[in-house]
Amino acid sequence: MSIDMAQFHQVFFEESFEGLDVMETGLMALEPGDADIEAINSIFRAAHSIKGGAGTFGFKPISDFTHVMETLLDEMRDGKREVTTENTDVLLRSTDCLKEMLEAAQAGEDADEQRVKQHQHELQQELGKHGQRSQESDSPVNSAASGPAASPAAESRGWKIHFKPQAQLFQTANDPIPLFRELRELGELQLDTHLEKVPDFDQLEAEDCYLSWDLTLLTDADLQQVNEVFAWVEDLSELDISPLSDQSPNAVVSEQKSLVPQRREEDKGKPKMDRRESDRRQTERRSGSATGQNAATTSIRVETNKIDALINMVGELVITQSMLGLVGETIEDKQAVTAQDIEKMRDGLNQLERNTRELQESVMQVRMMPISFSFSRFPRLVRDLSNKLGKKIDLKLTGETTEVDKTVIEKIGDPMVHLVRNSLDHGVEEPQERLAAGKPETGTIELNAYHQGGNIVIEIKDDGRGMDKDKLLNKAIDKGLVSEDDVLSDKQIFELIFMPGFSTAEAVSDVSGRGVGMDVVRRNIQELGGGVEIDSALGVGTTMTIRLPLTLAILDGQTVRVGNENYIIPIISIVESIQIKADMLNKVGGQGQTFKLREEYIPIIKLHDVFAVQDADHVSLDEGLLVVVEADGSHVGLFVDDLLGQQQVVIKSLESNYKKIEGFSGATILGDGSVALILDMPGILHLNKKMNKTSQAA
Amino acid sequence: MTEAATTEQTPDDDIMSLSSVDQYLTFSIGDEDYGVKILSVQEIRGWEEVARVPNTPSYVKGVLNLRGNAVPVIDMRMRMNEKDPQYDNTTVVIILRAKLKGNERIAGIVVDDVSDVMNARSDEIRKTPDFGERVNTEFIKGLVDVGGNMVMLFDIDNFMQHPDIYDDDVDSEE
Repeated sequence: MSIDMAQFHQVFFEESFEGLDVMETGLMALEPGDADIEAINSIFRAAHSIKGGAGTFGFKPISDFTHVMETLLDEMRDGKREVTTENTDVLLRSTDCLKEMLEAAQAGEDADEQRVKQHQHELQQELGKHGQRSQESDSPVNSAASGPAASPAAESRGWKIHFKPQAQLFQTANDPIPLFRELRELGELQLDTHLEKVPDFDQLEAEDCYLSWDLTLLTDADLQQVNEVFAWVEDLSELDISPLSDQSPNAVVSEQKSLVPQRREEDKGKPKMDRRESDRRQTERRSGSATGQNAATTSIRVETNKIDALINMVGELVITQSMLGLVGETIEDKQAVTAQDIEKMRDGLNQLERNTRELQESVMQVRMMPISFSFSRFPRLVRDLSNKLGKKIDLKLTGETTEVDKTVIEKIGDPMVHLVRNSLDHGVEEPQERLAAGKPETGTIELNAYHQGGNIVIEIKDDGRGMDKDKLLNKAIDKGLVSEDDVLSDKQIFELIFMPGFSTAEAVSDVSGRGVGMDVVRRNIQELGGGVEIDSALGVGTTMTIRLPLTLAILDGQTVRVGNENYIIPIISIVESIQIKADMLNKVGGQGQTFKLREEYIPIIKLHDVFAVQDADHVSLDEGLLVVVEADGSHVGLFVDDLLGQQQVVIKSLESNYKKIEGFSGATILGDGSVALILDMPGILHLNKKMNKTSQAA
Repeated sequence: MTEAATTEQTPDDDIMSLSSVDQYLTFSIGDEDYGVKILSVQEIRGWEEVARVPNTPSYVKGVLNLRGNAVPVIDMRMRMNEKDPQYDNTTVVIILRAKLKGNERIAGIVVDDVSDVMNARSDEIRKTPDFGERVNTEFIKGLVDVGGNMVMLFDIDNFMQHPDIYDDDVDSEE
């Protein structure tokens, strides 16, 4: 029987990454000196699952590496080792390394061996620091890392193994024969089978194991390798492994004692897991080692209640459908339509509309995940960075349960990391500086997420030094981004940091200050159909507000008409729609037109010009309508012929069959079946600029 | 005469011969005949208005709603330098599909009418002669003689990858 193990790799990687998150969160929560057994247990379990999976799927370096981590965790759990900042740091770094190894394995590449070695060495050292554990029990770990040559155990030219499985061995899908086969690969194997426990035939339980063995293995393999063969059955059997040369088996027995009860303890929690893992291992042995494969599919974990809701909805939909079908039949039978029928039909259609909407919402719910998936990385990041920068920072997370579309969560991670790093690096001051400014020594960074309208809002707030408007402005003038005579509002000044090539940090560090980041941050957020705003007060702090649509699949749109063509403006970017009067208009430079709205001069973009619409109804500005939108932090008026309805539109990518067209973020299908393009505000601005340039040149 | 001789030498039912037989849908643009591999034709639709996409060449008619997907429609007649093509009841849109880097892509071409399905063996296909700069042979993969008429074979791979309807490198849109 051969099973393609590669098909399970994706699941393994997903589980492992989840496990890594658990480990990281757990490690972060560990307080020095306080051994919270439950926390350590959960870290241990996660590590153990990764190790087991990695072993099963033939990612040996990963399972070896995890094994060392596990040993350290094991000692912590037993209280043999205190939880200190150093060893949690080492473990955290190892988690990172493990993550890299897993990512490399997922991509089908080899991990950076140098780095792995270095981390493994670090772990070894951490393990070696404590003399409390017996030399013997440390030996398997040492030998794993430093190779067989350096291992004292390897000097014995073989092992004597007493293997007495429990009766239920077979029920856990374990089978001794593959184990022996594997041992034989390590060296010369002699088997001594004890049959004395086998009962008479009429009492024999076919599924029980009555056999036990004494094995002599002549090999250069170390204890670690031999132990590994029995990894899946060691808690289901009596197992003694002693070196052939060394006649006193005490050393190993002591190790066995320390290992077995712990495993038991862990098994109570998740017995099924081990069983599954052992199943996998068995299958893998038969099919040979699996090779790394780059699986491209992504999957999503959905709460069962969301799926139940979906099924309920579909049930209602079916009922509505049969009800409408019935109405149709009655009409057909009677060959006439009565007022009653029409009413019934209308009821049915209303119900159908409600069902459709609910179904749509439930389907969207399936893609929704709490934003904590994105937030959870920050405690770690803040801790590492604040240590590095010598700052004291308190991170507060609120609104982690706010749900967002999975794609949004995936894509918002990096921009958020960037903003938080900025707050840490530029925002929050050094402790002395804070004390001097009369602030508490420990700075605060708050991450907050909440729903507002159809959007999700994420706030990143620090109580640091705030942004210096004059400094920003001078820098912008230095770099030639704005001219000295430009009068900018506060908001526009803050917006400057999103310009490419703008960085105010005095020194470039690896944390921030390269000036490549903020423009990318804004672009990424805009690509998600959102926007980012800055509010800052010198000496008080800075707040960055990211506003994002809840989902990328559906958007609230305002349909506008330009000539015979319909376009969709995302409601999220609309500020207001107004009819303009001639006295509000001003000409700028003979060409551009602006109008005054509540003390603000707003440039006007004529959509029929930008889109070269031939048959626009209104060319003169005082006839049509102006939709004031926000784009890149400033207001712009879009001149259109008419406003049509507001509706939710399903976004269709233009790129899937066509290509990206400047000024449009996608297309949608309107109720009449025609296609309408969805406007992309920054793109429209850019188009307008380009057009103005060419018309000036001409 | 030479190609007539070769066609006679090979029996009609010789499917097992080395040269493979492909079926082509023929269509016409003006008085020229074209053929496109029938396996890349998804469907044929009557002409209907599509949503214009601003700031694109005039032969890109716009995007069509094809069962919920936005599909670009190119007027092949304008693409092949016909100045002012008419849209009437025989004007059709051939919906073509092709795999591009593992993704199925769909596009429509507007032509004057579709005529027939023909067979062409691969050894019957001759290279497109070099007409120089003045004649647009971008989308012509080869020529086939069908009963004395020349049919130009439409190069769907080239068409689907053309910058008119495809961003080769999505990152370099700046």
